[in-house]
Amino acid sequence: MSSPLSPATPTCAGAKRWLIAGIILAVVVSQFSAQFNRYHLGILVDIGINIILAVSLNLINGHTGQFSLGHAGFMAVGGYTAAKISLVASPMLPPALQPVIFLVALLAGGGLSAMTGLAVGVPSLRLRGDYLAIVTLGFGEIIRVVVQNMESVGAASGLKGIPKYTSLGWTFALAAITIYFVTALVNSTYGRGFIAVSDDEVAASSMGINPVRYKVTAFVTGAFFAGIAGGLYAHHKQFLSPTGFDFLKSIDIVVMVILGGMGRTAGVVVAAILLTLLPEVLRQFSEYRMIIYSLLIIVLMMARPQGLFTWKRKKGGAA
Amino acid sequence: MSQPLLKLDQATIRFGGLTAVSKFNLEVQPCELIGLIGPNGAGKTTAFNMITGVYQPTDGHIHLNGRSIAGVKPHDLTRQGIARTFQNIRLFGSLSVIDNVRAAMQLHCKHGMRAALWRGAIFKSLEKKVEIQAMELLDIFSLGSVRDEEAKSLPYGDQRRLEIVRALATRPKLLLLDEPAAGMNPTEKEELMHLIRFIKDKFQIAVMLVEHDMTVVMGICERIAVLEYGIKIAEGSPQFIQRDPKVIAAYLGTETEKEEPANA
Repeated sequence: MSSPLSPATPTCAGAKRWLIAGIILAVVVSQFSAQFNRYHLGILVDIGINIILAVSLNLINGHTGQFSLGHAGFMAVGGYTAAKISLVASPMLPPALQPVIFLVALLAGGGLSAMTGLAVGVPSLRLRGDYLAIVTLGFGEIIRVVVQNMESVGAASGLKGIPKYTSLGWTFALAAITIYFVTALVNSTYGRGFIAVSDDEVAASSMGINPVRYKVTAFVTGAFFAGIAGGLYAHHKQFLSPTGFDFLKSIDIVVMVILGGMGRTAGVVVAAILLTLLPEVLRQFSEYRMIIYSLLIIVLMMARPQGLFTWKRKKGGAA
Repeated sequence: MSQPLLKLDQATIRFGGLTAVSKFNLEVQPCELIGLIGPNGAGKTTAFNMITGVYQPTDGHIHLNGRSIAGVKPHDLTRQGIARTFQNIRLFGSLSVIDNVRAAMQLHCKHGMRAALWRGAIFKSLEKKVEIQAMELLDIFSLGSVRDEEAKSLPYGDQRRLEIVRALATRPKLLLLDEPAAGMNPTEKEELMHLIRFIKDKFQIAVMLVEHDMTVVMGICERIAVLEYGIKIAEGSPQFIQRDPKVIAAYLGTETEKEEPANA
């Protein structure tokens, strides 16, 4: 892994250097991707996308202590937006501009997803715990149903022929940026507010911390990166269908966050890798695959209910 | 007399049919040590919640530095100089001791989200400054040695002290302490009294405390207000309060009630 996995000290010395190193490594490795087996390459990209999803959800569910089940919805918003943009733009522009189109498409997808996050978050973040979970769950389903009925994005039969822009380089560079963004944000005096809100909202507000502001910030940031992940996913699979963004997808990401340990970025990254690899490794058991997968999750949860990497947060604050 | 720091003017709060605090008048001067006492359920904590913006008064006004605080959110009131501790300790349990203090200092930080993401030289020097200030505060209250411990793993007395440190980190003009002596033994209470006096003198702030323990209240408060069933029944110096028959009746109950029919 190329990204800053180690928990940063509060001042986070050299975090930016880690980020740049991560991006360069991702781009360099990407140059050799032709030599990889296509199946393995696909899994690696899946891993990168899941890291982005899990780390960004970790900001909402882990650090800020909210319970969102809407991540697949945000992913869908970003994925469809980005796919539509590159479908329209790529035939009109010369192939040399391909990276530009892709970047614009990804940012637009992330941006629209963030705006959706703002629209959902402002009214619903007054709710706590289970209630917020239900609202975000409903939101995800609304997105899915809307997409299912939108002829312009292929409705129920799906959106086909999306150009294959996603590469190892793009995915892991963006994963590195996501990890950097979330850790840098949280590991600062400003960022301690997220954890304070998570620990005790009433106490936080009487310490001058505006809980609503922090919650909305976390929600919008999380939605932005989920949208980016959606864009990467669209240009990786080259096909989008509404069923891929149902609430089971949200649950998958939530499981990564819980298994990794709420609020522990390093643990969440490892959990994202593990839970992407596991179903692939288990392919040999064919029909028993999902049973074994579920059993393993149960065993892991019972063995380490506090998350895989919980001992990390000891000195100098959270990772 | 100078302008009071805090002024409650007929402040009243009703929950449905129950009047929790009724027409409460009180003035707190800058740098004063004032106590709020009363039997269980008299409305002391409710009064605190009104002052800190958690509840809005149904009637009446509260002024801080001459400005009304109606509709001001708790986090904005903290910005204007009110800080508090809680009856049941409410630290940020999963944060380290120093991070509890840092979280409370962020309202005075000029560097926010963008600086945190960019991590430039200015950010680093400002973060260093925050850390030094937090350590200074912790050292004053001899919590510096446990700076990296998780707050919830501290012993009870240290947690109480950390809560006070965290409140002080917001640089208040008025510090509200909600039953700081709860669950303390006599030695700890003695230390607490020294501590509160010390805070008042060192930081030059007004301290208002709700407390059940009479030794603590009588020992340190310059002025005491007594609430019973939401109504202020007495206000004055500790000596005056101790002799007030209404206060004695409120705490010991029956005596006046028994006497009344005999007098009639």
